[in-house]
Amino acid sequence: MRRGKLLTLSLSLAMLMSSPTLRGAEPLTLSSTIEKAEQRRVEAIARATKSAVSVFVPGGGGGGSGVLISPDGYALTNFHVTSPAGSAMRCGLSDGNIYDAVIVGIDPVGDLAMIRLLGLDGKPRSDFPYAELGNSLTAEAGDWCMVIGNPFLLATNLQPTVTWGILSGVRRYQYPSGTLLEYGDCLQTDASVNPGNSGGPIYDADGKLLGIVGRCSFEKRGRVNVGVGYAISINQAVNFLGYLHSGRIVDHATLGATVATDQDDGSVRVTNILESSDAYRRGLRYASEVLSVDGRIVQSANDLQKVLATIPAGWRVKMSYREDGKTVDTLVRLRSVHLQDELLEKMSGALPPPPPIEKEKEKEKEDDSDDEEDSDEVEPDAAADDKIPPAVRKQLIERKGYANYFFNQKQQTRFIDSLRSQFPGQADQSNPAWEIEGNTVEAKPRPVKIRVGPDAIAMMVGETPMTAEDRGELYDAISQRSIGGIVSALEGWRRMLADGPKKFGESFYLGTMPLGGQRPLRDCMVGIDGEIEVRFLSHPDTGVVEVVEAFADRDEDPAELWILRDEVSSDQPPQMLDLRYGTDSVLKIKIDSWKKVEAK
Amino acid sequence: MVHEQPRSQCIPSQCVPRHSTPSRSLRLTTFLLFVFLANTASAQTSAHDWARTAQSKVVKVYGAGGMKGLEAYQSGFLVSPEGHIATAWSYVLDVEPIVLLDDGRRFEAEIIHFEPSLEIAVLKIDASALPYFELPKIREVQWGDPVLAISNLFNIATGDEAASIMQGRVASIASLDARSGTLKTPYRGEVLVLDLVANNPGAAGGAVVSADGKLAGMLGKELRDSATGVWLNYALPADVFRKTIGDIIAGRATSSAAAKEPQLPRDRSHNLQTLGLVLVPDVLETTPAFVDRVVTGSPAEEQNLRPDDLILLVSGQRTENQRLLKKRLRSIDRRDDVTVTIQRDNDILTVVLKP
Repeated sequence: MRRGKLLTLSLSLAMLMSSPTLRGAEPLTLSSTIEKAEQRRVEAIARATKSAVSVFVPGGGGGGSGVLISPDGYALTNFHVTSPAGSAMRCGLSDGNIYDAVIVGIDPVGDLAMIRLLGLDGKPRSDFPYAELGNSLTAEAGDWCMVIGNPFLLATNLQPTVTWGILSGVRRYQYPSGTLLEYGDCLQTDASVNPGNSGGPIYDADGKLLGIVGRCSFEKRGRVNVGVGYAISINQAVNFLGYLHSGRIVDHATLGATVATDQDDGSVRVTNILESSDAYRRGLRYASEVLSVDGRIVQSANDLQKVLATIPAGWRVKMSYREDGKTVDTLVRLRSVHLQDELLEKMSGALPPPPPIEKEKEKEKEDDSDDEEDSDEVEPDAAADDKIPPAVRKQLIERKGYANYFFNQKQQTRFIDSLRSQFPGQADQSNPAWEIEGNTVEAKPRPVKIRVGPDAIAMMVGETPMTAEDRGELYDAISQRSIGGIVSALEGWRRMLADGPKKFGESFYLGTMPLGGQRPLRDCMVGIDGEIEVRFLSHPDTGVVEVVEAFADRDEDPAELWILRDEVSSDQPPQMLDLRYGTDSVLKIKIDSWKKVEAK
Repeated sequence: MVHEQPRSQCIPSQCVPRHSTPSRSLRLTTFLLFVFLANTASAQTSAHDWARTAQSKVVKVYGAGGMKGLEAYQSGFLVSPEGHIATAWSYVLDVEPIVLLDDGRRFEAEIIHFEPSLEIAVLKIDASALPYFELPKIREVQWGDPVLAISNLFNIATGDEAASIMQGRVASIASLDARSGTLKTPYRGEVLVLDLVANNPGAAGGAVVSADGKLAGMLGKELRDSATGVWLNYALPADVFRKTIGDIIAGRATSSAAAKEPQLPRDRSHNLQTLGLVLVPDVLETTPAFVDRVVTGSPAEEQNLRPDDLILLVSGQRTENQRLLKKRLRSIDRRDDVTVTIQRDNDILTVVLKP
């Protein structure tokens, strides 16, 4: 193996030939392959550096790194970087400016946080440089990569530090440190990652974003790089983007079942399952063999844990399993790992608020694990600084269960505006009833008439009339998996249109999730009307509502109203309504007319 | 999570901006990297193919340890298609270890033999048609050459995950005894000094691979210079252990057969008394053969054996505990010499005890 030297030698020869009078001032001539490769790297670094953010906690309370992911200033960082700052932080970009930023949403389990940078004038700005997203699932061990950020908070001139290396491992599972933070499906790199790199980007060799750096293996050699840094995969971050935009404190998903890898045949089998779980309702049983979840093949218990770690609570994903010799492809709804209060409690225990000097010291004593998040440096003179800039204050609403309720409101407004702009919404504040007529789609079609309105809720399928006198009957229709569940969903839709989220009941924007296990991720708005929880899933590009789900009991299948349109013209009635429970369609109606009439 | 205050921390308003321009040497490094890149990998954005082939030959070794500060794991690599594995000789091998292959298969391994002066051991698992490293006749790398280090450092590779890959260069090739006494290792020969932080907990026994995928060396145990406090990143060059491993695989050196050797009658064989050795009390099933006392005027005293010497080998055979040592002595005729290899602090010494 003399390649390196041989080439150097041949290059020297080439230089000798091209410039016989070797002078020191002569520029070095490179072979075109090398020049191209080097040029490519120079460009990738130049591109990537622009979107890297140096995060500083106001009042000298520490800091870390981050990365811009959209032109309107949304950036990702670590939860453990924003945590000492609370709601407001200062962010430096390589353009030499320092911008105010506000917290948007946090994922304490996945150690992610979304912040929003504001323009220098304190107003939202729409032309920030931002990172192009890569695909961490296709990244492989050995791929060249770079980490850009603010190690040791060195970026005092706001020029971030670039370190270069390879991916040492991909799809790694790293056990939780403490009780909360879990790096479930992460990347491992030998590019230098040091305290202060936390929350910053790791890019591939072309400058595409592969993940968010956040953790290192430290041991007896002190808190400096020992060749092992970890990053949350960008694909996991992408799954959580919608949830983070909701301004909520978000949680991760659980299947409601445990699995183990069979030592004999290597299969992944269910060792325990909750009967209240959706997976159980979809037929998963003790000793069933899990084949894939969310399109990812599962070949070990470790694999399943990794896939689930990348999914937010409440998602419904594709799942394949083998039970009794038969392969079943189905959809499962994933519950949250924690109860809401449990998460808040753990979160407050995980990271102390500033000024944390004394507490920090205690923590250091008790924690001698070799995996640690690498940032949160705290200055001795750090003092709690409640002076939140007015520009940030304008984008901040504190509320329990939320990192920043302002952004949830923003999404709610976007949702209701979009809902009202599409059929059967209306611009005015009138409150009409709906009269829908059509025929069932079956061998012998039966006529269907539905009326939902503030005055009456009724439906007639063939010769069978049904009415709902009160909310209790709408609840029962769902609970009994009756075809009457269609009016429960329609009534939820009608009421949301008429009353809007503020008057509907407790309403909030949940985030984005697959529809029927399929991407693109749909926006999900939740409205709780007494005992019935209604969810609206709408297309991210058009805003058109595709499914309305009405839940009676959390542990039962909701009534799913699929609104099928042949074309995207959202100002026309849909062609078809399809009512489903679980994965079964129970009533399909071809719509002939959909009138808005005065309520009696 | 530990929070702490690094010396260099500051916020923008308090600091004089620093400017950095890439130094000339840095540019040169970059340049060299691409020389190497352009030549080794057709896909320039990845060293994956290069790494993957080598990675498939690296194994995870689990054994004794797990107590505070002692990891119960290390690394190793296959050196024959029939399941011979080269690894570092360490306390992890105090029990018969478990080996996890790159393909996820798990095996109980047998310790075939070890060479104390090189701190290497060879394990064997019952398998065949495995990917393995050929042991090179010549030194595969020189200083300045790019290498990959593949190991299960920090036991990061959970379950069936593949070993970790790191990249860097051979910074120099130097002799460890140049700073005799400051590095706690019996090995005195040349090592590949690496410019990457390769020698972490669990990395010992990992493979160092040259740019054309050949075995360049084996990562050594963690070593810290006691004078400077500096951690050394190094590997044993493959040509140094080639013969030893070759001998072990060929069966020319083996210790596993020790127990099967014919035993002589007690009055005709050697024992501790004939050599003048008193060992520490044998309280465990696997009490190591530490010398407690040496009898005056005995063969042991003649050869200057001392208290605290650890007897590793008798006539080249492994004696990992007192029971095996006694058994081993039973197979040697009282009239014959006994060759004993001992560890005394960081030295490995071989002495011949004459009756």
